[in-house]
Amino acid sequence: MHDFLASIGYNSWVLPALLLIPVAGALILVVQGALAKDDGGLAAAPAARWIAFITFVVEFVVSAGLWWSFDPGTSAWQARVTLEWIQPWGARFDVGIDGISLFMILLTTFLMPLSVLGSWTSVRVKVRSYYELMLILTTGMLGVFMALDLLFFYVMWELMLVPMYFIIGVWGGERRVYASIKFFIYTFLGSLLMLVAILYLWLHAQNVVTHQSSFGYDYLMQHAVIGSREALWLFAAFFVAFAVKVPMFPLHTWLPDAHTEAPTAGSVILAGIMLKMGTYGFLRFALPLFPDASMTSWVRSIILGLAVIGIIYGALVSMVQPDFKRLVAYSSVSHLGFVMLGIFALTLQSVQGALMVMINHGISTGALFLLIGMLYERRHTRLLSAYGGIARVVPMFAVLLTLVSLSSIGLPGTNGFVGEFLVLIGAFKSEPIFAFIATLGVILAACYLLWAIQRILYTPLDKPENEHVPDLNRRELGIMGALAIVILWIGIYPAPVLHRMERSANNLVQQVQAGAGQRTASAAMGAR
Amino acid sequence: MVFDLSQAPQLAAALAPDLLLMGGAMLLLLVAVWRAESVATARSIGVLSIALCVATAAVIVWMMTRGATATPEIIAVDDFRWVTDLIVLVGTIIALALAMDYARDESLPAAEMFVLILLASAGMMLLAAARDLIMVFLGIELMSIAVYVLAGLNRRSSRSAEAALKYFLLGAFSTGFLLYGIALIYGATGSTDLGVIGAAITSQSVLTSPMLLIGIGLLIVGFGFKVSAVPFHMWAPDVYEGAPTPISAYMAAAVKAAAFAAFFRIWREAFPSAGLAWHLPLWWLAMVTMVGGNLIALAQKNVKRMLAYSSIAHAGYLLVAVVASNEAGTAAFLFYLLSYTLATMGAFAVVMVVGTPGERHQEIADFAGLWQVRPWLASCMAVFMLALLGFPVFGGMGFFAKWYVVGAALNSVSPQTHLAVALVITSAISAGYYLAVVIAMFMRPRADNAPVPRRMGTPTALVIGLAAVALLVFGIVPGRLVDVASHSMPDIHHVKPAGPPMSALTSR
Repeated sequence: MHDFLASIGYNSWVLPALLLIPVAGALILVVQGALAKDDGGLAAAPAARWIAFITFVVEFVVSAGLWWSFDPGTSAWQARVTLEWIQPWGARFDVGIDGISLFMILLTTFLMPLSVLGSWTSVRVKVRSYYELMLILTTGMLGVFMALDLLFFYVMWELMLVPMYFIIGVWGGERRVYASIKFFIYTFLGSLLMLVAILYLWLHAQNVVTHQSSFGYDYLMQHAVIGSREALWLFAAFFVAFAVKVPMFPLHTWLPDAHTEAPTAGSVILAGIMLKMGTYGFLRFALPLFPDASMTSWVRSIILGLAVIGIIYGALVSMVQPDFKRLVAYSSVSHLGFVMLGIFALTLQSVQGALMVMINHGISTGALFLLIGMLYERRHTRLLSAYGGIARVVPMFAVLLTLVSLSSIGLPGTNGFVGEFLVLIGAFKSEPIFAFIATLGVILAACYLLWAIQRILYTPLDKPENEHVPDLNRRELGIMGALAIVILWIGIYPAPVLHRMERSANNLVQQVQAGAGQRTASAAMGAR
Repeated sequence: MVFDLSQAPQLAAALAPDLLLMGGAMLLLLVAVWRAESVATARSIGVLSIALCVATAAVIVWMMTRGATATPEIIAVDDFRWVTDLIVLVGTIIALALAMDYARDESLPAAEMFVLILLASAGMMLLAAARDLIMVFLGIELMSIAVYVLAGLNRRSSRSAEAALKYFLLGAFSTGFLLYGIALIYGATGSTDLGVIGAAITSQSVLTSPMLLIGIGLLIVGFGFKVSAVPFHMWAPDVYEGAPTPISAYMAAAVKAAAFAAFFRIWREAFPSAGLAWHLPLWWLAMVTMVGGNLIALAQKNVKRMLAYSSIAHAGYLLVAVVASNEAGTAAFLFYLLSYTLATMGAFAVVMVVGTPGERHQEIADFAGLWQVRPWLASCMAVFMLALLGFPVFGGMGFFAKWYVVGAALNSVSPQTHLAVALVITSAISAGYYLAVVIAMFMRPRADNAPVPRRMGTPTALVIGLAAVALLVFGIVPGRLVDVASHSMPDIHHVKPAGPPMSALTSR
């Protein structure tokens, strides 16, 4: 496989291709719409779905090669492609991956075809536009995960905001307009501050003689001259942008609304992929660019504190939700708290664990949202109290919901266990108190999810309208089967995944510690 | 080639594009008067006017590529002028195209509309060229008088008449301020030539003279009216709302662009030293305009009024580039002007289509569900709104425009961090009203009795489509435009006066 990929020069074109394939798919849809002369509604649905689905499958197949072509023995950028973009400003089209972004990209390309399948029949108005937006959204998300130029990164970061805004606002539930504007404003405000910070970095990385600067990631790391006070402010700007996206307590309030109101595929993408952009931003930008600011002890304590509060708070709020979708939405706050804990505990295990949680949360929560969508299509309610005992009516659904819930709880043998376990043992080394409190979150997760599936699946079947719910059809079984395979595979044999991310995670930890250490050393020198 | 402007033929050559436009406009006026008044005549005059603008643009591009320069005299021959001219002409062509459809749909057979637009544009080009305060005044008058008439062109509409009268009275007032300012500056420095003024104010006695300071203050007031900066903005919403929509678009974009260009040149050449006393009022003007324009826009229900306040807010952003007062600021200013012209005029064009005929249906609520009946129109409007908001990719070059201005403000000799932060925050506020239109169009259901907008004419369709495409394309590959903008600096000649007479005009 490796030789075959090398023979077609895979690494030299794969990343731009991944960005262009969805755009091409969207253009095909536009052209098809212009030729078809329909109103883009239900009549357009079959063609639009298939075009989108095939595009995403092609995208997944193309990206799958990364698994083999990726060299786990180095932490350097791989598959890098650099082109001039806006020369006077030193902005480039610059993409590349390491062991961190590799899995985010694979996660994205894996979940996208499944979410198209998941919204196969539920989207009934303006179908073509819906899939066009999904395709454009994919380009934005992949661009975020592979950008190595901060201006390009910012543009991609905003690129994904508009399609998601429309997906929530046009195809969402009852309070969709409110949810979509809230989502937009939170993200937009956060990212504007980041924009100013990027600009500031760029200005302070100017060459003294030529006044040339660059937005290149490596360039800014080496050349940006900033004092420790400014670094704190800049870190704060990046922090707000990413923390909104994660979302960290107390900036999380957009999440329950957006996730609940979004259509199924929107929720899957939001929870599965877009939340990871926040934590990815911390790993890729906030920590390495400002190691001393982010590792200042009080800053770190605050962030770890917020992460742990998020874990417990998210779990407790989940427990009392009457709406299943809202319950899962709040559980994301809890899970992402683990990721933040892992990142800021900053040991090799905890960072690897954080990455694993990012992947696992994408798969498990994505799967949960898909299952909720399937249930909703049948009964048009998401209230837990409307169900009861349906395990007897829909056995396949029951099996899969149980499996996915267990993986979300983190049962050994499923993917969820690996990530949270690594985060906790990693964090115990450097932050025992925070890690101890976080452990409670695992127990609480078991409480709210097991209680929820009990109320849906296993209590007596006492409502007549639940007696004739059809079980999953083949399309839905296909979606869930793919997810179940990944859940079990990572749960039982995570070594290939961990192996591929090890070097990059290790490199990140050392880089940040060295950066923070340098500062402490120079401070000590100054004191002397 | 270097023009020696003290020689009349060479002066005429340096003014070739302006003279071409003026002469052509006169000729078209004769043709229009000769023919019977009808919609068909008006349309053919419109086509000829657009052709004239294209020819003028061609001459400008030719002179630009020849790298023409001139001796420091009453007009400047530099890339700053040419680029401003081109932006003004883009705005003019858009306005002419929209006016063609407007004349047909409102059955307003007024061929003089096109001629007046051309004359106003000639005034704007003069403004872009002027490097003498008297020339600035001439340009402003030529532009304004034509626009006063244009605002009242819809003779059947009382709102249009009201707009024209209001604009005329306040405009006359502001001209008075401007003229008085010019007189005082002349009194303090002994010249109306920008370069000579710039050289004269380097001496301490002139620098602190109250006459100069008051003169500059009055100048700022006069220009503040023209570019509708807060607190001199009161006329703008009423006038934009009442005037025929193509003219509102023209006023919001081209008039503002030209006035700003003249102001910019005066500021860079005559009053260059940043951080001096007169920069403080300008700083506040920028701040108050950004905050005021954006906050009041939030409360608007009528799209035309909303766009008027939006144009006030954008005047504030442009003022930030003026305050930055460096090369990056100049480049950012030109880049911003183009982006703003395309987005604002595109938005007004959509308003015109939705409101036709009779200029009704201009409330935000009237846009509800537009996507369901006119998907492309709604999508283009969304692009214009996002461009004005300064959003990347979907807002196209609007993002880079704001980015450029923020960068220039931070990169200035005295970094304008507060203005940059204010720009960013007020932009975030502006999401409130720009998105309101997007929400209405895409996320609200269409009212049952809402009329479907009429089929638009080809010129309007072309304007809307091309403006949206241009915004999007330059939003992905802005490199070439940035290159042009960053090389289009005004030539600055600070000549020590050898004694009176100082310039050709004052000696006369």
